[in-house]
Amino acid sequence: MEVPPKGGFSFDLCRRNEMIAGKGLKPPSFLKTGTTIVGLVFQDGIVLGADTRATEGPIVADKNCEKIHYMAPNIYCCGAGTAADTEAVTDMVSSQLQLHRYATGRESRVVTALTLLKTHLFSYQGYVSAALVLGGVDVTGPHLHTIYPHGSTDTLPFATMGSGSLAAMAVFESKYREGLTRDEGISLVSEAICSGIFNDLGSGSNVDVCVITKDQVEYLRNFQLPNPRTYISSKGYSFIKGQTEVLSTKITLLKQKVAEVEVDVMEE
Amino acid sequence: MAHDEDVAGSERTLYPYVTGTSVIGIKYKDGILMAADTGGSYGSTLRYKSVERMKVIGKHSLLGASGEISDFQEILRYLDELILYDNMWDDGNSLGPKEIHNYLNRVMYNRRNKFNPLWNSLVLGGVKNGNKYLGVVTMLGAHYEDNHVATGFGNHLAVPILRSEWKEGMSFEEAVKLLEKCLLVLLYRDRSSINKFQIAKITEEGATIYPAYSLKTFWGFSAFQNPGQFAEGTW
Repeated sequence: MEVPPKGGFSFDLCRRNEMIAGKGLKPPSFLKTGTTIVGLVFQDGIVLGADTRATEGPIVADKNCEKIHYMAPNIYCCGAGTAADTEAVTDMVSSQLQLHRYATGRESRVVTALTLLKTHLFSYQGYVSAALVLGGVDVTGPHLHTIYPHGSTDTLPFATMGSGSLAAMAVFESKYREGLTRDEGISLVSEAICSGIFNDLGSGSNVDVCVITKDQVEYLRNFQLPNPRTYISSKGYSFIKGQTEVLSTKITLLKQKVAEVEVDVMEE
Repeated sequence: MAHDEDVAGSERTLYPYVTGTSVIGIKYKDGILMAADTGGSYGSTLRYKSVERMKVIGKHSLLGASGEISDFQEILRYLDELILYDNMWDDGNSLGPKEIHNYLNRVMYNRRNKFNPLWNSLVLGGVKNGNKYLGVVTMLGAHYEDNHVATGFGNHLAVPILRSEWKEGMSFEEAVKLLEKCLLVLLYRDRSSINKFQIAKITEEGATIYPAYSLKTFWGFSAFQNPGQFAEGTW
């Protein structure tokens, strides 16, 4: 197989994959994040929120994963879709932003992250399955964007993505207004994520929140834990001798087998 | 017996043509409240703008439907006949919402088993002898009852709101406000909904279907004014 020319995806294997799929072989399923991710603009900046469930088909692969990714000291990004894709693409752009900061000597801007992400995703024509909610505060103010796997972007006052996006959007559409305070913003984001957690099967476990303002970022990991493990025995589990009735005992000694073998001494 | 399929090809419903979108229903202090918009879509065209998708059935029930409008009209005819025969007994007894719900369930399930479904999701609500009843029957014949129900997009957008904000014994005004909250979200986020709604109420006293009205929408977010201001090429 030829090495593809510089840059670009090699679509060589696609025809072969399609042919095999036609013969009945199912391709391996991806680790998807199911997911409810949200973001909103409040009076001092941005609040991002995410659930913490990662699914592999019907199974919960990770009960407490981190979906709010670091992009820059003042920019964070929530990711929905294929977990590997969201992780890789946010890591990659985060590195590019750092190099850019060194080159320019300035704080990164949200539009820079936006443009780097959208051009990457567009060039892969939707095959990089990452749906992102990007938020941050830079010199030009607070910004919130959504980025779709094919590379289109929106600028919004509030946004939701993932399988739980409708449940979360129902909360935002009925309760959001401009000029929310920090506590109101966090409470609304939390409510929207909980709506996703409890009404969408692809989302679950805990609520992560990230508050970004001009001066600081607060990464509130596991801000809410609305799904605790209930009914654990407080005394713990111990199985004392005598608790289980012994019906019969048979002891078999392991015989030692020693064999003498002639060996040649290795010459040094 | 000559079946449809044997005679001249097969005649069965394959896809819907004129469709209605979500219906929402909730129990409140005095009975049941139901809401639906009055749109009938023909694929992606808004063909009919004054379709009444909620009707009174007998003395004790309200039926709301989403999905194929012609199938809804057919169901109304079946129910008409059912109520007529019930009245002919003239025995002082009348079919209540539980009975109608069960009847509809049988009809829908049997049709689906013959691969010729009535392409609807039905919301059946009513009050009889002080007992409130609210249930759903889908085109597959699945049925359930609850304090708050919705069909179609309502399942994804309205149910999360109802699950967190519905409470026992709401007043009429509180219940209407809650329904309007859900209807507004559906208006914003369901592409086939229109801004013309009807609310229907059923109590022990009787049923009322209110005239259609519109909700006030808000589009004044600053991000909507010039979204590309800081980000060239974004929407």
